Amino acid sequence: MNNMMEITNLSKSFKDFSLKGVNITLEKGYIMGFIGPNGSGKSTTIKLIMNLIKKDSGEIKIFGIDNESNNISIKERIGFVYNENHFYEELTVKEMKEVISPFYCRWDERIFNKYAKDFELPINKEIKHLSKGMKMKFSLAIALSHHAELLIMDEPTSGLDPLIRSELLEILQSLLQDENKSIFFSTHITSDLDKIADFITLINNGEIILSKTKDELLEEHCIVKGSKKQLTTNDPLNFIGLKQNDFGFEALCKDKKEVIKQYGNSVIIEKPTLEDIMVFYTRRSDHHVSSY
Amino acid sequence: MNIIISNSADEPIYLQLVNQLKEQIIKGELVESQPLPSIRNLAKGLKISVITTKRAYDELENEGFIVTVAGKGSYVAAINKDMFRETKVKMIEEKMIEAIDTAKLVGLTLEELQDMVKIIYEGW
Repeated sequence: MNNMMEITNLSKSFKDFSLKGVNITLEKGYIMGFIGPNGSGKSTTIKLIMNLIKKDSGEIKIFGIDNESNNISIKERIGFVYNENHFYEELTVKEMKEVISPFYCRWDERIFNKYAKDFELPINKEIKHLSKGMKMKFSLAIALSHHAELLIMDEPTSGLDPLIRSELLEILQSLLQDENKSIFFSTHITSDLDKIADFITLINNGEIILSKTKDELLEEHCIVKGSKKQLTTNDPLNFIGLKQNDFGFEALCKDKKEVIKQYGNSVIIEKPTLEDIMVFYTRRSDHHVSSY
Repeated sequence: MNIIISNSADEPIYLQLVNQLKEQIIKGELVESQPLPSIRNLAKGLKISVITTKRAYDELENEGFIVTVAGKGSYVAAINKDMFRETKVKMIEEKMIEAIDTAKLVGLTLEELQDMVKIIYEGW
């Protein structure tokens, strides 16, 4: 079994939003970044993976087995970090840990204590008095203390300062020293993933736009900038998220080689970041936002 | 082993890694059968993805610079002498082009340049 997680044709409809035929495959030993704008379906997908809501159709296999019929045994092997605090605010860190740990057969007190020490968790402080960064570290300590093989995180870095985010990335990379573990990580702060992610999956309006290795993604795409005149003389068909104004145009292009062939040095070609890729793919090209 | 990765450079990260390791192997800073850090360890140290590191190691292995023993890790390979020589000759050529360009810039003739090479070669 080399696939940690395999999602096929997953669909779920709500009154005003639907997830349409989502396919995602995560291999063992890698980090996948799950990116997309707010409201694109990231959290819905994660809730479906965690079997917190019922799917309409499709299949979710985790560790090679169906996630609904093997709910408990799968959750034993997953570490879950959620962006909002889902602990009892009135309890102390230690008390909360005592509540959670009995649920896991493989809970390892030694590991928890080690993380508590590394993260400098104030063990006797009430959770409501922890800073946002501390709450996240506490979540992470809980998620990592039962020998989880798959770590699923829903926007773990939103609202955290750059220092804590960089610490988190370091922790994730240490975790991946074990090649039998995988991490699935949703975020809209793409700079966190620019460095360490192996795979990127982009979702928009409930549909998967792309899912591939980050290296491929960044190497084949490029940003093209030029004057409007050039746009009319050449075929702009393969431009993504084309935007033009009085001064020129900019767009993302999927085929860097083709752009160089067509335009040569007459346009500016830049290396994109993940943020660029997300913005160009998801923005409405005819849409203008202005202030009044 | 020193490796410095630039995130803003145009050169893809895996290629930066390949080139820097190659250079150190050719220069003899990394010697034959010396163990290299594991892919995952190196990825963590450089704060880059595992796949990127894996790709660099694969490429180095394909070109014969390193060997990977399943379950044990990667090691610097015995460098093929011809390959080594070829790389060095190429390096010399590049430096010569540079020298000749400068010579032309200041109007040095071929004879003058040859004399200069001769003196330096024999004198050293």
